[in-house]
Amino acid sequence: MFKGILKDQSVQTSIGVIFILLIFGSFILPEWMSNNFMYGMSRGLAVLGLMILWRTNLVSFGHALYYGFGAYAVALCQKFFGVTDILLRLLIAVAAAGLLGFALGFILRKYREIFFAMLSLAFSMVLYGLLAKAEFLGSTDGMSISPSTFFGTELGRIALFNFIGLVVILAIIFAQAYLRSSLGHLTTAIQDNEIRVEYLGYSVEKAIHIKYVISACLAGGAGGLMAASLGQVDPDSMVLWSVSGELVFVTIMSGLGNILAPFIGAVIFEFIRTYAFEWAPQAWQMIIGGTLLAIIFFSPGGLWSLFQKLNFLRKKNNE
Amino acid sequence: MNNNFILQTKDLQKSFSGIIAAENINISVKEGEIIGIIGANGAGKTVFVNMITGYLKPTSGKIHFLGNDITGIKPREATHIGVCRSFQVSQVFMTMTVKQNLMIAMSLSKKKGGQLLLPLEDEKLSKECDKILDLYKIKKQGDLIVSTLSQGMRKLLDIAMAVVGNPKVLLLDEPTSGVSVEEKFGIMDIVISALKKSGTTVLFVEHDMEIVERYVDRVIAFYQGQVICDDTPKKALKNKKVIQYVLGS
Ligand SMILES: Nc1ncnc2c1ncn2[C@@H]1O[C@H](COP(=O)(O)OP(=O)(O)OP(=O)(O)O)[C@@H](O)[C@H]1O
Ligand SMILES: [Mg+2]
Repeated sequence: MFKGILKDQSVQTSIGVIFILLIFGSFILPEWMSNNFMYGMSRGLAVLGLMILWRTNLVSFGHALYYGFGAYAVALCQKFFGVTDILLRLLIAVAAAGLLGFALGFILRKYREIFFAMLSLAFSMVLYGLLAKAEFLGSTDGMSISPSTFFGTELGRIALFNFIGLVVILAIIFAQAYLRSSLGHLTTAIQDNEIRVEYLGYSVEKAIHIKYVISACLAGGAGGLMAASLGQVDPDSMVLWSVSGELVFVTIMSGLGNILAPFIGAVIFEFIRTYAFEWAPQAWQMIIGGTLLAIIFFSPGGLWSLFQKLNFLRKKNNE
Repeated sequence: MNNNFILQTKDLQKSFSGIIAAENINISVKEGEIIGIIGANGAGKTVFVNMITGYLKPTSGKIHFLGNDITGIKPREATHIGVCRSFQVSQVFMTMTVKQNLMIAMSLSKKKGGQLLLPLEDEKLSKECDKILDLYKIKKQGDLIVSTLSQGMRKLLDIAMAVVGNPKVLLLDEPTSGVSVEEKFGIMDIVISALKKSGTTVLFVEHDMEIVERYVDRVIAFYQGQVICDDTPKKALKNKKVIQYVLGS
């Protein structure tokens, strides 16, 4: 599956860009900026998950379900088992979300379009309701997460940042290996013609289920890493429908064109949000809404297609 | 049921909210036979193909394949046991290239070897794919997006995608409709001779009687959901009912 994956051009570009982000974030930029990189890269994992689903025309309006589930899995394992190791935290978050995705996948794989989107949303609202009511999980106040460790030593902010960068690189490699495989190409195939896929002998539902679990794992990992970097989990910022909405927003903003796009998009989103909040604390949502409108009107393929256009123009000018 | 036949139907019937589209269909097909299915528009040819390949569930009756009851199986199960098909309106992946289409079909047919997880653009697969595209005379179009192709070429791709699954029984629904008159025979020569070589049993729906005469061992004629004639092509095309209800003169 991974044969020759490091020769893949978009994997190479991605690794290069993430390295640059890591170097700038670790040594050069002020803390608030590198924090934005860190949050953006973490949440980018969830956006990558949405992008993978979106390529089959499946939009989940409830992906915060897995994002929040991953985050709360980390919180629970800390509370009950004292788990603080970052590797374990990541694995727990991914596994918990993956299992939940596997279970719900049996239902969701039967639905398409708006029904799929809304059913996802419904499931996320159920989790939100449970978490907001559960007192042993801190209800709406949530729970705090202690600093992560790595084989017993406490992990500083910069170390965590670099760990997240590495996870992102691994996720990109995995996702690209999946998308370029025949199984991954079924993505487009299913979108084009489900009947034909069935007649080629493959279960469309199974292909969607696999994709759904991958997507859930990515979102869960994002939630786990976010819990670790924020030091806090709570239903409003992890599971509420608006969080799902933001993830969809960033997916549209990033575009589906490239495996790196979700991370660039998510980092840019963090900056837009920071600045919008600073300039217009009362109306920051308006700025974010305006950004989305601008993208839909002027670059419907997302930021990625904008980059491509710029690149194209530059090449043309050079000729 | 008789085990000498690869495919047999028993009193197959299909009705759509009262309208009968297939009735009393009793057909026995021997291994390796090439059968032409003829009939006017709306005679029930496609419904028949759809029932055999699991797209439609018969209202009543049975379908046996190699002695096993396969009535009402799912399309992908039909493919797994070796009953494959092409479509009257080609069912291909419109936004992908010709080559990607065929390579997906090829890797799905080999999914046991872990081919599904290999890159689609695998070198070995790509070479095999080129050979097949060459055979079907669509190699030049390999890198074109399917939606830009003519109907005829889509048809060929559709057939190629069904054939790479190595079916035991292949049902082709109007394989040559949309293919230009000059190309029709060339293509059928290739397809049929390849299928004969591999001993594949073929049932194909066809409106062009020249094609029927030239390639089939046996003709099954449909009229209003019923089989009105099941005979050698020579006799069938002279059959009174066939002349009246199928050839329309
Ligand atoms: N899904 C369906 N629902 C209702 N009626 C149907 C359906 N499919 C087919 N029919 C009817 O069954 C009859 C047989 O249709 P069928 O498509 O098998 O004809 P055909 O012989 O393939 O004709 P053609 O040469 O036009 O393809 C027609 O009267 C058609 O209207
Ligand atoms: Mg028909």
